[in-house]
Amino acid sequence: MVLGLEFPPVSHLVNWPEIAFKDTPFAISKVTITYVLAVVFTFLLFFVAGRRAKLVPAGVQNVAESSLDFVRESVIMQTIGADGVGFLPFLTTMFFFIFFINIFEVIPIFQMPGNARIAVPLLLAVTVWIMYNFIGIKRAGFFGYLKQSCVPPGVPKFVLPLVVFIEFISVFFVRPFSLAIRLFANMLAGHFILVTFALLTADVWAATYVGAAVPFALLVALTGFEVLVALLQAFIFSILTAVYIGGAMHPDH
Amino acid sequence: MLRLLLAAQQSGELQTGLKAIGRGIVYGAAAIGPGIGIGLVVGNAITAMARQPEAAGMVRTTMFLGIAFTEALALFGFVLAFIL
Repeated sequence: MVLGLEFPPVSHLVNWPEIAFKDTPFAISKVTITYVLAVVFTFLLFFVAGRRAKLVPAGVQNVAESSLDFVRESVIMQTIGADGVGFLPFLTTMFFFIFFINIFEVIPIFQMPGNARIAVPLLLAVTVWIMYNFIGIKRAGFFGYLKQSCVPPGVPKFVLPLVVFIEFISVFFVRPFSLAIRLFANMLAGHFILVTFALLTADVWAATYVGAAVPFALLVALTGFEVLVALLQAFIFSILTAVYIGGAMHPDH
Repeated sequence: MLRLLLAAQQSGELQTGLKAIGRGIVYGAAAIGPGIGIGLVVGNAITAMARQPEAAGMVRTTMFLGIAFTEALALFGFVLAFIL
C-alpha cells in the first residue's frame, strides 16, 4: 500500500545548493551552470557552423542553416514581413538560448530547467519590451507611438476612453508580464510533473515492484512530452517577440 | 464539530487546510476557460488545415499564437496558486 506520498515543498524543487562563492550575489549553483552552458552552446553552434562554412552544408552547418531558414520563413515572414529580416540573428539566438536552457530539464544529472526560475524569463521579457518600444518610438515619435498603440482605428467615440485604458495596460504592462510568466510557468509545471511521477514511481517501487511499471511508463512518456514543450516554448517566445516588433513597425495591421 | 473546528483553528491547521483548498480552487477555476478556448482554437485550426492543406504552415503558426495567448490565463492561475 502507498500511504505516505510526501511531496517536498516547492522551494526544494527549484533551489539548489550553492557550490562556489557562497552567500554572495555571484554564487554558483547548478542552475547558474546551466545558464552558462546554454550561452556556450548557442555560441558554439553558430561559431562552428559559420567558421568552416561550405557550399554544400554538412553536420552542424546543416542544423544552423535549417534553423535560420525556419526562423525566417515561419517566424519573421508570417509576422513582421520582408523588412523584418534584420531581426533574424536576434530571434534565432533567443530561440536557441531559451531552448538550451529548457532542454536541461530532461538531461540527466542536471534535470532542472533554468527557466523554472523567474530571473531569465523576466530579463528576456524586459529586453523584448525595451526593444519593441524603442523601435516604435524611433519610427513614429513618442506621442505618435503612444497613439498608434493605444488608439485602435474604427472604435466608436463613446467607448474610446475605456478602450484606450485597456489597450494601454495591455501593451505596456500585460505583454512583458505574460511573456515572462508564460515561459516560467510552463517550465515550472513541466518540472513539477516530472518530479511527481518520479516520486510516485519510487514509492510504488518500494511497495510493489510490479505496480511501478505504470507510473514509470507515464514518466518516460512525459519526458518525451517535455522535450516537445521545451522546443515549443522557445518557438512561442520568439514568435511573440516577432509579433510585438511587427506591431510596433506596422501599426495598420 | 464546532469544538473540533475551534481546536483546529488554534493550532493553525485550519488555516493550512483552507489555504490548500483555495489553491486547488484557484488553479481549477483558472483552467476552465483556457481549456475551452484552446479546444476551440485547435479544433478550428484543424478544420482550416483539412479544408486547405496548402495553407497549413500559416494556420499552424497562427494556431500556436492563439494557444499561447489563451494559455497565459491558465498559467496566471498556476502561478497565483503558488503565491497564495
